[in-house]
Amino acid sequence: MVFLSFVNNLINGISLGSVYAIIALGYTMVYGIAKMLNFAHGDIIMVGAYMCFFACTGFGLPPVLGILTAILVCTVLGILIEQLAYKPLRQVTSLAVLITAIGVSYFLQNAAQLMWTSNPRIFPALFGNGGIQLGGELTIPYKTLVTICACVVIMVGLILFTGKTRTGKAMRACSEDKDAAQLMGINVNATISLTFAIGSALAAVAGVLLCSAYPKLIPTTGSMPGIKAFTAAVFGGIGSIPGAFLGGILLGIIEIFSSAYLSTELANAIVFLVLIVILLVKPTGLLGKKIREKV
Amino acid sequence: MSKKILALALCLLLAATCFAGCGDGSSSQDGGSSSQGGAASEASQAQGDASAAEGAIKIGGTGPLTGGAAIYGNAAKNGAQIAVDEINALGGLQFELRYEDDVHDPEKAVTAYNTLKDWGMQVFLGSVTSKPAVATSTEANSDHIFFLTPSASSTDVLGGVENPLTETVEIERKDNIFQMCFVDPNQGSASAQYIYDQKLGEKVAVIYKNDDVYSTGIYNSFAAKAQELEIEIVSTTTFTDDTSTDFSVQIADAKDNGADLVFLPMYYEAASMILIQADSVGYKPQWFGVDGMDGILTLDGFDTALAEGVMLLTPFNADSDDEATSKFVSTYKEQFGDVPNQFAADSYDCVWSIYNALKDEEVASDISASDLCDKLIAKFTSSDFSYDGLTGENMTWDETGAVSKSPKGMVIKEGAYVGMD
Repeated sequence: MVFLSFVNNLINGISLGSVYAIIALGYTMVYGIAKMLNFAHGDIIMVGAYMCFFACTGFGLPPVLGILTAILVCTVLGILIEQLAYKPLRQVTSLAVLITAIGVSYFLQNAAQLMWTSNPRIFPALFGNGGIQLGGELTIPYKTLVTICACVVIMVGLILFTGKTRTGKAMRACSEDKDAAQLMGINVNATISLTFAIGSALAAVAGVLLCSAYPKLIPTTGSMPGIKAFTAAVFGGIGSIPGAFLGGILLGIIEIFSSAYLSTELANAIVFLVLIVILLVKPTGLLGKKIREKV
Repeated sequence: MSKKILALALCLLLAATCFAGCGDGSSSQDGGSSSQGGAASEASQAQGDASAAEGAIKIGGTGPLTGGAAIYGNAAKNGAQIAVDEINALGGLQFELRYEDDVHDPEKAVTAYNTLKDWGMQVFLGSVTSKPAVATSTEANSDHIFFLTPSASSTDVLGGVENPLTETVEIERKDNIFQMCFVDPNQGSASAQYIYDQKLGEKVAVIYKNDDVYSTGIYNSFAAKAQELEIEIVSTTTFTDDTSTDFSVQIADAKDNGADLVFLPMYYEAASMILIQADSVGYKPQWFGVDGMDGILTLDGFDTALAEGVMLLTPFNADSDDEATSKFVSTYKEQFGDVPNQFAADSYDCVWSIYNALKDEEVASDISASDLCDKLIAKFTSSDFSYDGLTGENMTWDETGAVSKSPKGMVIKEGAYVGMD
């Protein structure tokens, strides 16, 4: 009995963690290349979820087309935000860009509230409500399996993309030294824009998966998971793609276990406490690279 | 240059969304639909002002007309509007109604209250939901404006009630504050009593929201009553605003402890998440809700089949054959397009009970709010005043501000509320 509930909590933790992981992948991808924290990521997720919701329930499109619509809209939105809000700030301090990102986040939330009102909508169960039965009481929901598969596919895809392709190599070059990359004939602006486009497309996928798992859709749907996923990305080592995955899954498990065995009220506090401890012991996160500061 | 213009345009756009987000929503006719937006409310504001009667007593109210709890605020506003229209059609004493949006937020509610006070409000229908009502009742108490809330059921709204767990009075009684709905302890203890009487469950689990006075208030009295009746509570779990999406732990706890009835003292938004997630792990206990569960059937995108068999205690049954109820229901359907919930009925009763309290008195329409308050307190607490309404017969009030009436058990069948007895 105790063992059963332990396994059950573990499954729940992985379910929650897989959602954090997929959001964290987008965060870490943008941070790794553009070296900026895109706090509007959570809100692009929300836009993606709304797009999929309208496509699937409003126009009756099949889930695949719904997800594609969400990806398309979010990619365009991501490029637009980058061009309008972040690109003009490329030469100034990173703090200014950070504050702008927070501004964009509020802008998106309020715009969504204006357009779609803050009345909650229940996201349709795109992957069905059932799951794989593991003998008796244990069930692994399909949506968790889909989320984990999506995470792994995206993670491997991103690693291959940044490691093997020319564009990917250009991205890494930009991340290491923008000026040197420019001197080598890399179009830095275009590369960073592409990074945002990919990051926003990932946000759309994350939005659909987030809302499939936790179907309440409101204009602030993306903000708390966004913050948690950011925590997960830092936890795993921000900028590291496998780190985001590992951080997300671990964070989900920690959150569920602390609310199951310690206290439901303190779950969030414990999650952030773990982050603080990790950062004290290993400031670059679990899989983060050690960066030597040049003096 | 062009960059500057672009930047300026973006700034303006941003500023515009900020204001539009908190549109004042004092619309009068756009109904209980879920499509409330800033723009719509501005358009109908003019309409509301145009229908203002000369020499009428000004009744104000605040409620969530937009946002997650909008269904309650709009229902209350519409119900009150029907009562005001009926009363004004009688001739004699005239009322003028104005509702302000508080988005279920205490700070916005106080702002809305101040707007109403500037408008010249003489009687206050309070706030629709508990958290904002705790804030506005304190204000109305210090301003001495009569406050009769349709639905804010927390004891903290009234004050002067002992917390059963700590056995202390945490908030002093606010003498001009009255409720039309059951006070939370009544809901909690009545639910426990009902579960016990009808033998609905052997092992009970409770999930409640512990950063919300409404939810904790009901839980406290439910737990106290359950202990008294020796109902076995096998699982008690909580959540907060920040953790109101993932309920896997709470559901697993109830399931592992073999609960066959789960008591959900919360609003329908969170309850809908619980029903969906319990369904996905194949857990099917008897669900038992409170009046906040009202609204789950009209939630956009929610599969009402999941709410099949959910029980709740509510004072109002829209299916009742009672003449007054069926008239109210048909007027409401005609004007606002849906079936009224108990919030609409409660606020309808609020306006009518105020009218009944005043109809035999000499009341000039320019009476000061404070004088009117004294009159209404005296009338409501006097032993010969009782009111028969949609949400109960022979309703009476005493100095505590709580109403005495009896709840009806309801169950959801095929996507509609049906009386249990």
